[in-house]
Amino acid sequence: MDVAVFVAVFVLALGSSLAMLFARNAVHVALFLVAGQVALAVAFLLQGAFFVAAVQVIVYAGAIMVLFLFVIMLLGVDQREALIEPLPGQRPLAIGLGALLVLEILYASMRGLDLASASPEGSAALARLNADPGNVEALARLLFSDFLLPFEVTSVLLVAAIVGVMALARRMGGPLTASERSDRAEEVAA
Amino acid sequence: MIDWIKQLPGNVIDFIGPEIIIATAKVVLVFGVLLVTTLLVIWFERRVIADMQARVGPNRWGPFGLFQTLADGIKLFFKEDFRPAAADRWTFVIAPVMAMVPAFLAFAVVPLGDHVVIAGHRVDLVMSDLNIGILYFLAVGSLGVYGVVLAGWASGSKYPLIGSIRSTAQMISYEIALGLSLVPIALVAGSLSTVDIVAAQAGTYDNIVLFGRDLNFLEGIIPHWFIVQQWPAFLIFLVAGIAETNRAPFDLPEAETELVAGYHTEYSGIRFAMFFLGEYVHVVAISAMAATLFFGGWHGWNPAFPAAIDWLRWIVPIFWFTIKTVAFVYLFVWLRATLPRLRYDRLMWVGWKRLIPGALVWIVVTAVLNSDPEEVPTSARLWVMAVVFAILLAWVWRGDPRLTALEPWRKKEVTRGTA
Repeated sequence: MDVAVFVAVFVLALGSSLAMLFARNAVHVALFLVAGQVALAVAFLLQGAFFVAAVQVIVYAGAIMVLFLFVIMLLGVDQREALIEPLPGQRPLAIGLGALLVLEILYASMRGLDLASASPEGSAALARLNADPGNVEALARLLFSDFLLPFEVTSVLLVAAIVGVMALARRMGGPLTASERSDRAEEVAA
Repeated sequence: MIDWIKQLPGNVIDFIGPEIIIATAKVVLVFGVLLVTTLLVIWFERRVIADMQARVGPNRWGPFGLFQTLADGIKLFFKEDFRPAAADRWTFVIAPVMAMVPAFLAFAVVPLGDHVVIAGHRVDLVMSDLNIGILYFLAVGSLGVYGVVLAGWASGSKYPLIGSIRSTAQMISYEIALGLSLVPIALVAGSLSTVDIVAAQAGTYDNIVLFGRDLNFLEGIIPHWFIVQQWPAFLIFLVAGIAETNRAPFDLPEAETELVAGYHTEYSGIRFAMFFLGEYVHVVAISAMAATLFFGGWHGWNPAFPAAIDWLRWIVPIFWFTIKTVAFVYLFVWLRATLPRLRYDRLMWVGWKRLIPGALVWIVVTAVLNSDPEEVPTSARLWVMAVVFAILLAWVWRGDPRLTALEPWRKKEVTRGTA
């Protein structure tokens, strides 16, 4: 049963990732990404990591990708993207780094490395996490006791990023640009 | 050979395993019940609204017009399945399914009753007792956005697109408030599992001491439902839940006075029926969740009663659960018949500037009140709640002067005054 679900998830995740790479339409790309993320969430479920699965769906599939779609629809970027490379040398670099990553994964899986339990400290932490009250409670306890400071610092960082974006995107009281002027004119006409 | 055939049912059960058979049976049963419920809810809504508007409503098909929806469904089945030329082919096909499936999925964590023993197997009357029940509900709800968004985009025409952009903004905004309104519940129940949350609402309030006076007569009357101590969270949950279902007064995505039919303008036949089905299942799901999280789920008024007769033990909880859910469905219908649609900027204002900060404040208050249950006396809790209620009411009531200043009639008034 587990194997059957795993195979289905594997096919779905890999298939939608590949389809995402080769899809032409920006909205389709976003959709395939959502499918891949949901498939990964099911994979997490299979591992007993319910909390991670739920967060994966809520945060990635439910919030971030909806925002992506929103921006795509609002800006009308559903035409075929221009085939000009914005960053020179990006393609060979991507291929090289991608190959490196594939090699790393192959090495890790060939050697049968269990990354979590490779060190005694890691396996102890994993055992503690999956101990009796369940990994949701254990995760919460760890997050709000031992790792409270990193957790809070991360949230402060996110808030700072949001405030920063708002400060940067806000229009100061200077003269309007040409596009802004035409926007205003349209608003008035409407 | 014949022996083997005789033993076949047993063999099959042994081969597949009773767990999988029970799980499949639950899924099929809940799916079927939801389909029938939708038929009844649509009929119920039409009759109730008709009654509120002093009309008769559907009364031709079957007793009291009960089969009206069935007839409508059959009609929709045989209508032409039209797809506009400008539509994005596959997305157009997938969108109604995406609108329908998450609504059904939400029922996986709704406990319909206690447990039943069938042929020696304990069957819990919940599809799956996930230890992240609330989060699962939110996750599935967040996927529900896709149906509306994709439908609007894939139709390749402007009204659906406007409708879907509106609904994206609306659903993302209210999802946050919905999620935050459930945090206090998790705090009080000490669990994210819906089964544990229902279990935490068993019994009644005993030993009620208010302002130093022992209120004996209330003993055993007030059920230990979370609505009693968590009603601000419930109000936020209710508003955000209605907004999540895209129904009046939050039905801007399909505002028929402005957008023809909004995101499903280009849909007809069976695909439109899927949107319809999804919407009503979503209404039932939010109602069921409200009953589960705030109104004690399947717990009845008097928990001692069902133990008397054996078969009542599992029928009565289902009865209570159904009653509570139907009450909320009625509320949904009532609101639709009563309230006018919100203006878009006000919708955003309510969501971002009132519901979300209100929910955050309430989380802090709940955390403080429940940090040590022995320490905080009931009268202090009541005082805190009264103060919070007054502040919230004043805060929401006062509105936002900048918003009212935007209203056209106000503007006219102002210019007339200065001229």
